[in-house]
Amino acid sequence: MYPLFYSFCFYLFGLIAIASALAFVTRRSPVAAALWLVNVLFCLAALYVMLDAPFIAAVQVLVYAGAIMVVFLFVVMLLNLGLPGELADARGLLAKILAGLAGIVLLAKIMSSRTAVPIESLMLRPDSLATVARIQGAVAPVAQPLFTEYLIAFEVTSILLLVAAVGAVLIGRRRAAAVEGVGAG
Amino acid sequence: MLAESIALSALLFVIGVVGVLTRRNAIIVFMCVELMLNAVNLTFIAFGRVYGYGAQAIVIFVMTVAAAEAAVGLAIVIAIFRHRQTVDLDSINLLKG
Repeated sequence: MYPLFYSFCFYLFGLIAIASALAFVTRRSPVAAALWLVNVLFCLAALYVMLDAPFIAAVQVLVYAGAIMVVFLFVVMLLNLGLPGELADARGLLAKILAGLAGIVLLAKIMSSRTAVPIESLMLRPDSLATVARIQGAVAPVAQPLFTEYLIAFEVTSILLLVAAVGAVLIGRRRAAAVEGVGAG
Repeated sequence: MLAESIALSALLFVIGVVGVLTRRNAIIVFMCVELMLNAVNLTFIAFGRVYGYGAQAIVIFVMTVAAAEAAVGLAIVIAIFRHRQTVDLDSINLLKG
């Protein structure tokens, strides 16, 4: 039902994503881990394109790989992490075994839900998203539910971003500035 | 490709969970949380292909929350680092009895 090349690319990017994620959690250096995570994010962006979500893929590259990961790398380099004492941060063997067990149980639980039957009455026709994207473009079909069905949530998001920006500045500023500042505390 | 996407998403999510449980560097734990959020996003996109564009709108909300979380969380990490000179989660134990 899917072309061979489509399936090949899907599995290729999926395998690269999993391998990069494994490399990401096992790297000791925070900078190397961050770069492997960027690789995972790029692979996911490629998968989004293949799953008929090109706008989300663009946002993924711009916001996640471009902005959020740069903030992470900025903090890693600002705090000058990378000293030998900071590098060996993995927990002991017992914690690893327990985490592995928890992971296996969680994976089995999620995988068991794959057999759930989809709701036929809500399902679209197989090529529906591609058809809509061909007619309306990539952005308009995403904006349509965003500004009608989820309008209140969208407006609340702007308050969330404002609070997060103000909070980050307030928490992140230096203690000396807090003492001198008006209404500090 | 729905089943494959969900399987991939589950694997990425579990890798993120194991990372959160096994690492002590606060910044790497944050990055593992980002990985888990991305795994959930992949599930949304895969289901959105079957059920419609609403899922992609929700993915944008998830990304917004992730950005806000990263900004505030990293500010907290910087504030803790100024006090304790470390980002090791095991040494941040002031609330321990």
